[in-house]
Amino acid sequence: MMIKIENLHASVDGKKILKGINLEIGTGEVHAIMGPNGSGKSTLSNIIAGRDGYEVTKGSITYKGKDLLAMTPEQRSWEGVFLAFQYPVEIPGVNNTYLLKAGVNAKRKHQGLQELDAIDFLKIVREKAKLVELDQSFLSRGVNEGFSGGEKKRNEIFQMAVLEPSLALLDETDSGLDIDALRIVANGVNHLRSKDRSVVMVTHYQRLLDYIKPDVVHVLMDGKILKSGGKGLALELEERGYDWVREEAAA
Amino acid sequence: MSEVKQERKPEEFTNREYEAGFVTDIETDTLPPGLDEGVIRHISAKKNEPEWLLNWRLEAFRHWQTMTEPHWPNVSYPPIDYQSVSYYSAPKSQADGPKSLDEVDPKLLETYAKLGIPLREQEFLAGVAVDAVFDSVSVATTFKGKLKDVGVIFCPISEAVRDYPELVQQYLGTVVPTGDNFYAALNSAVFTDGSFVYIPKGVRCPMELSTYFRINALNTGQFERTLIIADEGSYVSYLEGCTAPQRDENQLHAAVVELVILDDAQIKYSTVQNWYPGDENGLGGIYNFVTKRADCRGKRAKVSWTQVETGSAITWKYPSCVLRGDDSVGEFYSVALTKMCQQADTGTKMIHIGKNTKSTIVSKGISAGRGQQSYRGLVRIAKSAEGARNFTQCDSLLIGDTCGAHTFPYVEVKNPTATMEHEATTSRIGEDQLFYCQSRGISEEDAVNMIVNGFCKDVFNELPMEFAVEANRLMEVSLEGAVG
Repeated sequence: MMIKIENLHASVDGKKILKGINLEIGTGEVHAIMGPNGSGKSTLSNIIAGRDGYEVTKGSITYKGKDLLAMTPEQRSWEGVFLAFQYPVEIPGVNNTYLLKAGVNAKRKHQGLQELDAIDFLKIVREKAKLVELDQSFLSRGVNEGFSGGEKKRNEIFQMAVLEPSLALLDETDSGLDIDALRIVANGVNHLRSKDRSVVMVTHYQRLLDYIKPDVVHVLMDGKILKSGGKGLALELEERGYDWVREEAAA
Repeated sequence: MSEVKQERKPEEFTNREYEAGFVTDIETDTLPPGLDEGVIRHISAKKNEPEWLLNWRLEAFRHWQTMTEPHWPNVSYPPIDYQSVSYYSAPKSQADGPKSLDEVDPKLLETYAKLGIPLREQEFLAGVAVDAVFDSVSVATTFKGKLKDVGVIFCPISEAVRDYPELVQQYLGTVVPTGDNFYAALNSAVFTDGSFVYIPKGVRCPMELSTYFRINALNTGQFERTLIIADEGSYVSYLEGCTAPQRDENQLHAAVVELVILDDAQIKYSTVQNWYPGDENGLGGIYNFVTKRADCRGKRAKVSWTQVETGSAITWKYPSCVLRGDDSVGEFYSVALTKMCQQADTGTKMIHIGKNTKSTIVSKGISAGRGQQSYRGLVRIAKSAEGARNFTQCDSLLIGDTCGAHTFPYVEVKNPTATMEHEATTSRIGEDQLFYCQSRGISEEDAVNMIVNGFCKDVFNELPMEFAVEANRLMEVSLEGAVG
């Protein structure tokens, strides 16, 4: 078991967003979480990654047998949690590679491994950049500084490739991507699929799922997982919308 | 959310925060507090000065007495009692002036070694010559001989008055006149030491020159005076560093720096200012009221000021460029950090007089804690300055919500052919940026350092390499506990 979420309730500024999420993701599995706008999809991935500003009022998250909510965001990263941001942040003047090297070495230190030197690190970085067809010039640019929307998303997957997480959360990674960029990003993610790595894709559209085939699809609505199923569920959602799920759950 | 964050207690780092805060226990020859003509005569006599210099000082003093302290800067502090300050303090062992480093009091050598400034030449790795100024006097200057071989004069200004009186008399006070402003007048009356540099025609100074200022004595003001002359076609890179012990009393530092640059000459002047900033409640710290000005007298003369200001309780300084010579160039690159209760009102003045003169201003202000910072800059294009150009970029970064950043740009253009560009931004270190770094495995504190260093990059790139490393480190130490 990679992660187990039990009866998770959370609010933002006193407003209840998550109202009892139960979710289990096995090691090596790929799950898609779908749902309409404002259903709590991004809240869930942000809480898993440890972003401030959310109040967990009830429930627990157990990650690799540990209490995830007790960890700082960087500790979660060291333990293998990775969030690909919906809106990647620009950090002017901070070299992309430098940021990643600091992250990787902090993790290695945490694991009691020797830190990588610049040359070894550069070797890894160059290899991973090819995976998402990211031009070498992006490596030495400021973090997301002046990147296009598509470049930012590719940079997220590139970072994921370098950090080699156990649990990757992709928050609306497909939004704002044209079909070519989507294919590149999806190829990158597919390369990173392995029996030791779990992936959670948060998305509106089933389009992404044509490229990255999920093992399980969940529907998150009104702060709860209302339905789970196989890949077929995503197609059904595309065809029929979301309302029927709510009706079915209420029945 | 129910996360347990590893918050660091402020007490954990306040002790580490200012690493240069120790006091050297050394016997001193210190004048009692107070200022009158007698004190000035005493200082002048101590230094065996010629009569012209005494008269110059007295004239400055009389002028100063008619002036009032400036209150236009955007800083606040209780009134300064100029009669409670001692205007001269020197280590006793220095009374006769050591002839060589072997005669320098070991306690002084130890002090500088502790600050990372070894004064023994054989201990130097890089080619940097150092003049070490301790309270009111210069205690050691390294590599003097080697520099003299190429004609470069680098010595305490008191020594220059004795050994090169005609050079000093020709240039002293010609860039910053004695009555220029309240603090410059005070400095002219009571200045005690500082560095003197002369680079002869066509000489590229073979090493970095550096002065390291240390305030040690209690209740003593430091009034140093630096004069650098770059003769035609010469080049010098000069570095300045400053520290002071941690004390509860405020101490006054009112320096004057004059740069004279002749035809085709260039001076690169870098400062890392780390005077004691006071504690987190605003107790103690240095009042850093400084006048720095460069006069590009010659054609194609070039000056560049780079400053990293992290210390002092209050900073009031505007390193300026008078671009008199045609095609002369002035540059100002500044990073200023105000944290805890620090206040800074700093910037530059670019005075374009010659034709096709060019100036660049890049100012990066960082405020944290209850720090207050103002950028104040003047760009003046005189009627004669045909084809002048200025580029100004002035960015502020806020950390937390109890600090402030203010910008006061002044522009006066009297020639229609001038080209002016001005860019300004104010940003806050976003929760988003911090979380982004943290989610990549970087601790919050390291993330702040990384973001700030990225913000300062354009300026740090202008520093000589050894100093850039020092500046990075200094920012890291200074920012410890800035978030929490």
